[in-house]
Amino acid sequence: MSDAEYKVIVGLEIHVHLATRTKMFCGCELIYGGEANSRVCPVCIGMPGVLPVMNKQAYEFAVLTALALNCKISNFTKWDRKSYYYPDLPKNYQISQYDLPLAEAGYIEVPLESGQTKKIRIIRVHLEEDAGKNTHTLGNFSAVDLNRAGTPLLEIVTEPDMNSAAEVRALAVELQRIVRYLGVSDADMQKGHMRFEPNINLQITKAGAEYKTPIVEVKNLNSFRAVERSVAFEVRRQLDDFGETGRTMASGNKSTRGWDDERELTVLQREKEEAHDYRYFPDPDLVPVELTDEWLSQIKAHLCELPIEKQKRFVTEYKLSDYDAGVLTGDRNTAEFFDAVVKAGADAKRVCNLLTQTGMKLANEAGCNVADLGVDAASLAKLAKMAQAGDISATASATIFEEMANTKKAPDVIAAELNLIQTSDAGELEAVVDEVLAANPDAVADAASGGKKTKKARGFLLGQVMQKTKGQANPKVVSQILNKKLS
Amino acid sequence: MADAILNLTCKQLRDQIAAGDVKSLAAVEAVFAQIEALDDKVGAYISTFKDRALEAAQTIDRKIATGESTGPLAGVPVAIKDNMCTDFGTTTCASKILENFLAPYNAHVVEKLRDADAVIVGKTNLDEFAMGSSTENSALKQTVNPWDKTRVPGGSSGGSAAATAARMCFAALGSDTGGSIRQPAGFCGVVGLKPTYGRVSRFGLVAYGSSLDQIGTLTGDVADAALMMNVIASHDKRDSTSISENTAPICDYLEKIDEDVKGLKIAVVPEFNAGADRNVQNALKSALDIYKALGAQIIEVKMPHLDYAIAAYYIIATAEASSNLARYDGVHYGHRTEKPADYVEVYSKSRAEGFGTEVKRRIMLGTYALSSGYYDAYYLKALKVRNLIRTDFTKAFEKADCIMMPTSPTTAFKIGEKIEDPLQMYLADIYTISANLAGLPAISIPCGFDADSLPIGLQILSPAFTEDKLLRIARMFESKTDYHTRKPKLAGCEK
Repeated sequence: MSDAEYKVIVGLEIHVHLATRTKMFCGCELIYGGEANSRVCPVCIGMPGVLPVMNKQAYEFAVLTALALNCKISNFTKWDRKSYYYPDLPKNYQISQYDLPLAEAGYIEVPLESGQTKKIRIIRVHLEEDAGKNTHTLGNFSAVDLNRAGTPLLEIVTEPDMNSAAEVRALAVELQRIVRYLGVSDADMQKGHMRFEPNINLQITKAGAEYKTPIVEVKNLNSFRAVERSVAFEVRRQLDDFGETGRTMASGNKSTRGWDDERELTVLQREKEEAHDYRYFPDPDLVPVELTDEWLSQIKAHLCELPIEKQKRFVTEYKLSDYDAGVLTGDRNTAEFFDAVVKAGADAKRVCNLLTQTGMKLANEAGCNVADLGVDAASLAKLAKMAQAGDISATASATIFEEMANTKKAPDVIAAELNLIQTSDAGELEAVVDEVLAANPDAVADAASGGKKTKKARGFLLGQVMQKTKGQANPKVVSQILNKKLS
Repeated sequence: MADAILNLTCKQLRDQIAAGDVKSLAAVEAVFAQIEALDDKVGAYISTFKDRALEAAQTIDRKIATGESTGPLAGVPVAIKDNMCTDFGTTTCASKILENFLAPYNAHVVEKLRDADAVIVGKTNLDEFAMGSSTENSALKQTVNPWDKTRVPGGSSGGSAAATAARMCFAALGSDTGGSIRQPAGFCGVVGLKPTYGRVSRFGLVAYGSSLDQIGTLTGDVADAALMMNVIASHDKRDSTSISENTAPICDYLEKIDEDVKGLKIAVVPEFNAGADRNVQNALKSALDIYKALGAQIIEVKMPHLDYAIAAYYIIATAEASSNLARYDGVHYGHRTEKPADYVEVYSKSRAEGFGTEVKRRIMLGTYALSSGYYDAYYLKALKVRNLIRTDFTKAFEKADCIMMPTSPTTAFKIGEKIEDPLQMYLADIYTISANLAGLPAISIPCGFDADSLPIGLQILSPAFTEDKLLRIARMFESKTDYHTRKPKLAGCEK
């Protein structure tokens, strides 16, 4: 296909588990896992005579997310039954939203590797209940675990606005960051809190004509890697397929494929889009939801500065690189902790280095967030200021940060205890410099020569001063003195 | 003694038990003696709980003897339709598919009866999943009309109506989706009240048509209906369609039951009523005469959309049913086919074996009505008709306090007479269905007998949440007549 140009076109359907206290339509506590069928009640297993009651928190989380996705929030929404038979679906219908989703027409701004951002349009956001799980490990029998049944599930559908596997991944990552910022989902991929279903095809230009390949939907991807690689694979496969067969998009030839994580390829599941008739109709057991202005503003009060906004602000306000700003805004706690330390008067770049080079390593070892290392923002700001003032070296500041986390002591106390305070007293240091200069006339000559030995000789003299002061001299100050003396 | 007890109303029995004049144990024993003597013939009960009931009665008697406070139905033996969940015994819905189903919870109304210290003696027969007008669709047993054993008791609450008529309980709960309380009440000569949709929680009522289903009562007289309403009417946060007491207050329905409604205006729909048979029309006319004599004004109104009620009902109810009954699939509970070839057969065979003909018919009708390409023409159109019917009622109630019409076009028909002709069977509900579509309260009270000495029901409908007034209007008639005091010969205790 070397003679053809092509454009990748991808839209996403995303399911996000909401981290509410209880399930969508019953009072069961929402806890992941557990012994099969231990986290259920008559309502979520659909026993005769039971009735669903809407979880208000789930609806509020859904609206909050839709707000963060810049959607138009509907002030009237209703519940519909989507009928299909499957063993993991206890009522054989799923309570979902059909023609009146709770929100529509938004967008998500996604940061790309280039440092640019891209707006991906959102078609709709709606709320539904998750099904249980079928397992097939019992020989002739299959087993059904309904623990997950009734978990609030947010469905987000995007326009086909993504044009590469990397963009799809970037959207997935950004959405995870957003829902975690909002606190509406743990968005733990391993626990299936987020599941992605890309719809992929190509727009191929060949010999002046334009062709579209048949759309492929890849089902149930639950890692960023799988999302990216499955799209990349589909691009290659569809290109090859078009080259071989010339097949183009036509009504009814959308197919469904699954992702084989081990072989890293997609596998055909359903050749033709079956004409599913879900027989949607309004659920007579639930009343429609009317969102008043007052309620909406209560929900809006829970909005926070979104990660992409924070990231941009860190670049403009704190002059951080886009990369650093991206790392710091990866999660809300880190970002807010960073912000607090800087606002306590510390230099942003220095705090950034402390957090990204030392703090995140410590947090990683401790299995927690940098904000939860036990070092408060004021103390960390103090440490950064000490380093900034030259009272301690950069190396020492890392050591002190670690000790602060371990001992909860103040940075100056630790610096004193560990003898990490640098001498910046020019008078004191000048005497040492004089001593060193007197003891090393050859080096002094080299250093003053202006020749190619100068740099090395100056380094040597600086090293001698540091040795004599047991490393406690501020190298900056020593350099200045040396410069003055040798000029 | 037993006969004397069985002739009491709920309220009388309740008062006598509370006063210590009658023991609850004696009442429960009398009821079980009656059940043991009659139910082989009547077939009203699917299950009874004799030991449990006797024990409960003794507990109540002890409480009363020691002066402990007791509930408003303390010691009164009552029955419930077997489509309401109980955490004791089975909840079968008269279906093979749920024949052995043990609910792990009580329906809201069962909790209410328990809290009122009522004694539940058994669970009554019904058309399978409450789908039918004769109780002939029960997959478990045949119930007959206590007034004539060759005739149907009506349905779907036929067991509750027959048990109440034959004094095998003092009151019973039924459910009414298209007339399933009122029509059997009319056929069996008892009082049947369907409250406003949302007045009584549906939690624990096995759903048939969720937007139409309403639990109500079958009692010997109107005062007992009021007493039962005092117990079961309440808001329940487990049912989202249950109406809060702030929106529609609940009053003591018994308090003013004997106060006549002054300046009563009664609407009638002459064209609509003309479809009833002559005996029924005559009884209606006599009833209206009695009201006129009491000072009521009769106003003729037109309700042009009532003619479409049956068509709309059989689309909405079956659509909802097709979805509500999807869960009976043999996977999680209930009947499962023996040797399915694959998981699809678990569904298809379990359901084919478990459901009866009428249930299957309605599931298929409803599935069809909701199918893509037909939804607008059937389901959506039916919803529009439903709105028009609501409007008809709103307009009628601008002119009158209530509407009166027959409960059914005929008296109880013969067993087997209509079972092969579903359309004829559906027409038996022509007068009752519109109250469900509009969500209104309606009551059927005994208003006469036909040439074959079969009871005739008078139906009264009133605006939403006016059960208090509805009951008082019904009580006005009752206080001037004795139809409600007559008992079928079979009961052995006619006055």
